[in-house]
Amino acid sequence: METKLYTITVFSENTVGLLNQITIIFTRRGLNIETLSVSPSALEGIHKFTITLFSTKDVVEKVVKQIDKRVDILKAYYNTDEDLVHQELALYKLATDKVLEHGSIEYLVRKYNIRVLEISNDCTVFLKAGHYAETQALFKELSEKIGVLQFIRSGRIAITRSKVERLSDMLSKVEKIRNLKSIEEQGIE
Amino acid sequence: MKSKNDNQEQKLVTGAEALILSLMKEGVETIFGYPGGAIMPVYDALYDHCDSIHHILTRHEQGATHAAQGFARVSGKVGVSLVTSGPAATNAMTGIADALLDSTPLVVITGQVGTSLLGTDAFQEIDVVGITQPITKWSYQIRYAKDIPWAVARAFYIAKSGRPGPVVLDFAKSAQTEMVEFDYKPCSFIRSYIPYPKIKETQIEEAAKLINSAKKPLALVGQGVILGGAEQELKEFLEKADIPAASTLLGLSAMPTDFRLNKGFLGMHGNVAPNMKTNECDVLIAIGMRFDDRVTGDLNTYAKQAKIIHLDIDKSEIGKNVPVDAPVVGSVKESLPALTAKVNPGKHTEWIESFAEYDKKEYDAVIEKEVYRFEGEITMGEIVHKVSEAINHEAVVVTDVGQNQMMAARYSQYTKTRSLVTSGGLGTMGFGLPAAMGAKVGAPDRTVCMFAGDGGFQMTIQELGTIMQEKLGVKMIVMDNRFLGMVRQWQELFFDERYSFTHMDNPDFVAIAKAYNINGKLVTKREELDDAIADMLKDDKPYLLVVEVEQKGMVYPMIPAGTCVTNIIMNNGN
Repeated sequence: METKLYTITVFSENTVGLLNQITIIFTRRGLNIETLSVSPSALEGIHKFTITLFSTKDVVEKVVKQIDKRVDILKAYYNTDEDLVHQELALYKLATDKVLEHGSIEYLVRKYNIRVLEISNDCTVFLKAGHYAETQALFKELSEKIGVLQFIRSGRIAITRSKVERLSDMLSKVEKIRNLKSIEEQGIE
Repeated sequence: MKSKNDNQEQKLVTGAEALILSLMKEGVETIFGYPGGAIMPVYDALYDHCDSIHHILTRHEQGATHAAQGFARVSGKVGVSLVTSGPAATNAMTGIADALLDSTPLVVITGQVGTSLLGTDAFQEIDVVGITQPITKWSYQIRYAKDIPWAVARAFYIAKSGRPGPVVLDFAKSAQTEMVEFDYKPCSFIRSYIPYPKIKETQIEEAAKLINSAKKPLALVGQGVILGGAEQELKEFLEKADIPAASTLLGLSAMPTDFRLNKGFLGMHGNVAPNMKTNECDVLIAIGMRFDDRVTGDLNTYAKQAKIIHLDIDKSEIGKNVPVDAPVVGSVKESLPALTAKVNPGKHTEWIESFAEYDKKEYDAVIEKEVYRFEGEITMGEIVHKVSEAINHEAVVVTDVGQNQMMAARYSQYTKTRSLVTSGGLGTMGFGLPAAMGAKVGAPDRTVCMFAGDGGFQMTIQELGTIMQEKLGVKMIVMDNRFLGMVRQWQELFFDERYSFTHMDNPDFVAIAKAYNINGKLVTKREELDDAIADMLKDDKPYLLVVEVEQKGMVYPMIPAGTCVTNIIMNNGN
């Protein structure tokens, strides 16, 4: 079966040990997490994990089901790149004297749409947002032409293109269950 | 104002007391446990509630969790075990993992060092939540007394609802001594958890359509039927559609053995007919089972000709091992009647009768030799058969793991549900004795017969102390072949008869029982067996029956691991 990059999105309660609950599902199957990004979501108290993984469809489907099964997980699903608008951030630290020596910094800034975050006597820090290939291309060019002192890339963050909002759907579904339950309970009283 | 303050003061209790009160609110009457440093405040609080909660002191924490499992499996209630931190928690792990694989509702409370010591490698500190996350349905550390009622309510709700499983509450000692106002609300809703998925009408229709088109349907019955209490619903479904059915190991006793459509036991050491028919049927209806590898063998040759319908409460089971044509996600308690309403009355007489040919083959090649042997050494199969007959097939059968387990499962007959307690998923040797104790506590009015081998019995033999102290009328049958029989069987079949470390020199088990004030008898001759069984069953006291069985007995039939059912081995000559 064909292996490709899948993006798994997980919404969870914000409790201790959640990340471990998710990663053990990968560990057990001998799967490597490619990138990982975690942050509070738009809804208070709910955290969002974005995980990328090279695998087959069969494997990613089963992994997502196992994640979704955990009690503290609200919703987990996966997408391929076509379904997503996605982005990574990269920071590049360069020696300021080398940057100045180079002479054609304007060309690079225009070509890669670089944002300059910091310039001091010692170092210059560039920021580039983009897909993996784009941030990688800049890293390659900077390494060859100027030399990169430090390089860091974030995990992927992604937003689906579709109209369906699976977390909201899930929450409205459970809200109905909760309402039904409270009617039942009041009925008993 | 003063009286209000007084009331508030009255309601303040220690965290330890709050835990006990919470357990009482959940209806807990029995705890299997073992005290120690980090759980002492809870044991101190328990001392005041001995009239409401019966605490059974096991002889090892593994025994406490297995006993809680045995209790839960026969009663359908949540089994509770209470142990201290560190080594006690790690000892309890085997039972917790076993309960996860066999979907047993368990709440295990472990002591933990005080919050100020967490992460300092304090005495008997271990990361219980970290260790148990992969082997529990939910695992939570209680750090503050105010969280106790919430955590306990949630723990019980999670353990017993949906697909049941074990929950661990890791209870910091500082939270046990903190004062708290006790206010308990049971839990019936968690927004991130949908234990009973709503059954989709379209899925029922799809499944019914397949069943109505089937000429040779076969149903596979798993423990889901027992857990969902859907035994009657299953019977009605099978009878209306006239579908033959077979059970997984854990599904055994969901249907009575003599039920017309019950075609036996599936899997590696199951009956020939239902295993072979799995690869002949046109529609396979899996009901509350999970296509374990011991049932399927090689997935590439498993039921490839059949359309597969899978009814399960856990949607992650759908398509996990076997691709499914028509999934029905939800409790079988609801999906089975919905399906019964939609299926046409069936008549599959010829198909059902065709099982008999394989049954006869199995009888001639295996069963007759195992069960009705009149000379030579005693076999495991004949012991199980005789015991089952002697109790009119009404016992709760508890097994250890290995040959004894397969023989007990194969040759016991079942008339009531929840009559087989066995470690199916994890295959835990040493499970039998403590699980049988728990089963006797959970079903005090039933006869509980434990079958074990000499190997597994010695893994938890110290629980004889618990049986003595609690006067638990467990009937223990140890089938002693002085070998780790199942491993020896594999060595004979697949490792050129190189019996690497499977022989055991055994002690005088009856003398050991006697030391615990438990009656027992050693049987070495066939003619003594019936009387010994009758003697064992004459009262409700604990009894150890040790039978010397043939050293090189084999469990047949056998489908070698990871192969197709057609590779079935019927006996030594084949």
